Amino acid sequence: MRTFVPAILLFTLVLSAAPTARAQASSGPSDLPPGSAQLINPEDLLKLLQSTTGEKPLLLNVGPSLLYMQAHIPGAEYIGAGSDKQGLNKLRARVKSLPHDQLIILYCGCCPWSHCPNVRPAYNQLATMGFAHVKVLYIANNFGTDWVDKGYPTIKGQ
Amino acid sequence: MPTRRIVLIIIVIAIAVAVYEAGQHRSTAKGGHPGALDSTAATFSLQDLDGKPLALASYRGKVVLLNFWATWCTPCRGEIPQFIDYQTKYGPQGLQLIGISMDDDAKPVQDFYQQFKMNYPVAIGTATLAESYGGVLGLPVTFLIGRDGRIAAKYVGAAEMPVLQQKIESLLQSK
Repeated sequence: MRTFVPAILLFTLVLSAAPTARAQASSGPSDLPPGSAQLINPEDLLKLLQSTTGEKPLLLNVGPSLLYMQAHIPGAEYIGAGSDKQGLNKLRARVKSLPHDQLIILYCGCCPWSHCPNVRPAYNQLATMGFAHVKVLYIANNFGTDWVDKGYPTIKGQ
Repeated sequence: MPTRRIVLIIIVIAIAVAVYEAGQHRSTAKGGHPGALDSTAATFSLQDLDGKPLALASYRGKVVLLNFWATWCTPCRGEIPQFIDYQTKYGPQGLQLIGISMDDDAKPVQDFYQQFKMNYPVAIGTATLAESYGGVLGLPVTFLIGRDGRIAAKYVGAAEMPVLQQKIESLLQSK
């Protein structure tokens, strides 16, 4: 009986913890749902880039190179696709020596937000490395529609 | 009398400027920039995944569905089975599909091509080619090119297949 009671308590504890763990996994930062705190809208990024005061972000493109070459945000650095092992290696190497409170903004824009294969792995990589101030540019449709067509600044080339 | 003449000259100049401006706007909307509707589709000459020449000019007289896609693009992958069906169904009537992959590497494209048994030519794209179609800054993007070589329709994002199919059938009927 003495061993039975703690066993029941332990079992109850495990059962009650399981839904919490599941909830954290399904709504964790890796999901980056629209409206979440880790995201920054194109309008806000433009204001940030054009502002003469405040901290300037390190802007990293983690999308496909053929799209980056056609048009990208001035000041952005090309890293490589976040869905790709090579891209993540380059991302790790680029930020390795930076302080963990560095403001970093990631963006891609290859396809509609929910289908982008690049931003989430890149974000998770930085989170795993301990970077606390990472934002992801929320591009609802694609870079063309949500940035270029709005007349926001772009440049071509690598 | 001189005053009336000056007023008349000003009116004539104003009308001329207005006509010129209207013409400028029309040319921008139709055929004024690469990839615009009614403009002549940019020619290209690439190699397909087997190393064979793939030139748009060789399909002149056919209706061409030109699809910019990538293996990592989920909406693009979703369209491919339908495009394979279109090539089978409408190919004998004069439809030719061409895939331009925007992947950075050919290997996943070759694997995908085999796996999905794609029945139309695919080439790896370039930034220059994409720019000659007005820029491909998000995928998928699909163009329908008429038998006359002009761009008849453009679909940004996953195309609504019934709409696309109707347009294909309409273009195939035109000689």
